[in-house]
Amino acid sequence: MPKHEILSDKEKKEVMAKFDVNESQLPKISISDPVMETMDASPGDIVRITRNSKTAGKAVYYRVVVK
Amino acid sequence: MVSRIKGIEFKMLDPEMIKSLAAVRIVTSDLYDVDGYPVEGGVMDPRLGVIDPGLHCRTCGSGIGDCPGHFGYLELAKPVINILYTKAIYKLLKITCSKCGRVLSKPEDNKKSKDLSRNPPGKCPYCGQEQGKIKFLKPNTFYEDKEEMSPEHIREWFERIPDDDLKRINFKGGRPESMILTLFPVSPVTTRPSITLESGEKSEDDLTHKLVDIVRINQSLRENMDIGAPDFIINDLWELLQYHVTTYFDNELTGIPQARHRSGRPLKGMIQRMKGKEGRIRGNLLGKRVNFSARTVISPDPRISINEVGVPDIVAKELTIEVPVTKLSMNEVKEAIKRDRANYAKRPDGRRIKISSENKEEILENIAEGWVIDRQLKDGDMVLFNRQPSLHRPSIMAHKVRVMPHKTFRISPQVCPPYNADFDGDEMNLHALQTEEARVEAAELINVKNNLISPRFGGPLIGLDLDQISGVYLLTRSKKKFNRKETSAILSKAGIKIDLPDGVAEFTGKEIFSLLLPKELNMEFKSTSCRQCDSCIKEKCEYDSWVKIKNGKLLTGTIDAAAVGAFKGKIISRMHGLVDTDTIRKFIDNAGRLGVAFMGQRGFSIGISDLDLKDDIMEQIGKRIVKAEKESNALIEKYNNKELEILPGMTASESLETRILNVLAEGLNSTSEIVKEHVKDSDFIVMVNSGSKGSLVNLTQMAACVGQEAILGQRIKRGYYNRTLPHFRQGDLSAAGHGFVRKGFKQELSPTELFWNIMNGREGLMDKSLRTRKSGYMQRRLVNALQDLRVTPSLAVKNSNGHIIQFVAGEDGVDPSKSEWGDVHE
Repeated sequence: MPKHEILSDKEKKEVMAKFDVNESQLPKISISDPVMETMDASPGDIVRITRNSKTAGKAVYYRVVVK
Repeated sequence: MVSRIKGIEFKMLDPEMIKSLAAVRIVTSDLYDVDGYPVEGGVMDPRLGVIDPGLHCRTCGSGIGDCPGHFGYLELAKPVINILYTKAIYKLLKITCSKCGRVLSKPEDNKKSKDLSRNPPGKCPYCGQEQGKIKFLKPNTFYEDKEEMSPEHIREWFERIPDDDLKRINFKGGRPESMILTLFPVSPVTTRPSITLESGEKSEDDLTHKLVDIVRINQSLRENMDIGAPDFIINDLWELLQYHVTTYFDNELTGIPQARHRSGRPLKGMIQRMKGKEGRIRGNLLGKRVNFSARTVISPDPRISINEVGVPDIVAKELTIEVPVTKLSMNEVKEAIKRDRANYAKRPDGRRIKISSENKEEILENIAEGWVIDRQLKDGDMVLFNRQPSLHRPSIMAHKVRVMPHKTFRISPQVCPPYNADFDGDEMNLHALQTEEARVEAAELINVKNNLISPRFGGPLIGLDLDQISGVYLLTRSKKKFNRKETSAILSKAGIKIDLPDGVAEFTGKEIFSLLLPKELNMEFKSTSCRQCDSCIKEKCEYDSWVKIKNGKLLTGTIDAAAVGAFKGKIISRMHGLVDTDTIRKFIDNAGRLGVAFMGQRGFSIGISDLDLKDDIMEQIGKRIVKAEKESNALIEKYNNKELEILPGMTASESLETRILNVLAEGLNSTSEIVKEHVKDSDFIVMVNSGSKGSLVNLTQMAACVGQEAILGQRIKRGYYNRTLPHFRQGDLSAAGHGFVRKGFKQELSPTELFWNIMNGREGLMDKSLRTRKSGYMQRRLVNALQDLRVTPSLAVKNSNGHIIQFVAGEDGVDPSKSEWGDVHE
């Protein structure tokens, strides 16, 4: 499973500013997703996912936790 | 004042609206009177709009083009069903009460209308009326307890349904009785213009024909009703009216015979106008015909550059570019007019004057700043060039015009790969760009020379091909030394203008090729002819397959497809990061011509006897094939004795098939090895080794053995009962009876072997056409789904709603067209 981390409020703001998006424009992940059940996340949190990538080695992805 | 549109509501036309929209009440089926004027109250009534130039509309007073057209209406003698709503009618009949019109469930039951229509209750919860069983017989008949329902009856039923109940079942678009037509809207004549033929005869639009039918039958129905005609006559006419109204809407319904034109051609209904590739949406709104374009057959011209296009003079004379007359352009403009290279002059007052030999003197005298002339295409103009299907971005690129005699577009054979073009009759389109901005943009962004690297995989789309590769391969491999005179001869034959370095008396082939390379180039790689040895000794390679270029000098190695070929050429992709694109363009032009020039001088020839093998070698090959066949026979015997080892996930016979295929393929491979080892050195081998055309498989199939012919990846199975052909016994499982060809094309194939070969060939043909159609549609769906994705300045990929698809484009943020095979340039 790729690495999932919950962002702090500060990081969250930085991510949204960097990509110039609001919460609804980010990809979503359900709170009932098996991965989310392993972490202490609540709706509105953003998780940073670090995946292995064919082209880049490591690729970072963000998903906002939704109900 | 600007206001925002909050929403659009789509509704059915109800009778009141049809009446209020209408300018005319249609009463007669006559179109024109004896003098040829449209009859008032007919479906070509002048109040329905204007279609004749010069006339003015009787309703709105504007002329052609300004008058939008106006509706009329027809009072139907008896109501008919609007065929496009039959589904909704059926559903509504099932879930409402036949007596009181209420929905057959109370709100507190909380039933969905879907479940209700699937399982209608037998009794109305409001009035207690027993409900008949509703049946729908396509296309337009409804039954209530096996009794046919008339449209009148249905309409009355729907009128009883209360608005609140309709709201509850989420019925949208107005009152349901509008689905049964009582008034028929007659579309404006502007939507169905008639054409006057050369003979002076008028030809009406399909819809007009249809409307005439409707009006005529309606009239006769009304007359018969008035005189109290018997029911069967009335019903027949009513049915006919229903038919005409139905086919007016949709003339491709199953179960309804198509309404036809006198010629036998099916008429176009409303639905047919809009639907499909040539319909209103895809044909007229999403795609349009354009001006300033040309289309003709393409043919090759290896002497022009890859970013040029040879334009026939007759095309260049027709396509024009607007040139405003200014102080700076005055000379150019006057020259163009003098030499008959301008077609029109436009005065500041908007008048367009055609320039002819009679009036050109006069125009030359009057012309002043502020005029605009339409100048013909000339050498150096940037134009767009395109070949369909336009599957990727490089299917349209900008070329520089070269006006030439004859009637085909000429392109360098080297730009064929991005367009996927060949010269077996392909046609291509050319678009003359009309504004300075467009020309500059095209010259920079989609110029062929700036699109050498594919935005898909980061390698070159354009490179050398065929003889060009064979030529440079032979040149850079030859041991021969060329003196200055010979070198100049080759270069001049290739049309390459390069000064030979002073003080060098002789040049090797590698040195001649090096003349084309930029000084900045340093690289090492394995060429196509590399034998993939276990340990590479690089520069000392005995096959001269290690290419080493230092400061633009080819030191070792042979130049072939891996270095300069289209889709492969490493030199081209490396140069992309080093030198400007015009230098690469010239390199590709020159290298191709150099190859062909050298080949022309050396000579190049192949013949089937090049593939002759010595008798003992042929015997060896024969033994290998016999061995493979024996092995497969052994497998068959094992199978028959039920001793065959069964492979996982397969039945016994599947295992046998797989094993046989493997054994035979193995046999073919070993013959391939022998062919590779013993075939004599010839120009065939030059082609294979340089990667210009042909492979070891082709050689083997010609020289030694064609091998297994497969259908759908299986041995050939179809044919007669338990056998493929009458030449074999029933139940025969042998290799020969199932598509194995043990001979090569150079020997003779037996009749059955030839048959296997043809079967395989046919499959290839079918496969190709099926695959292109399937992948074409796949492509269309993908493009439609992805077309509004874009890369934002933060490198994230977003769609039109600003939703993020990828946080970094392609996860690495690399633009492949500016990379070397997906990697950033060193």
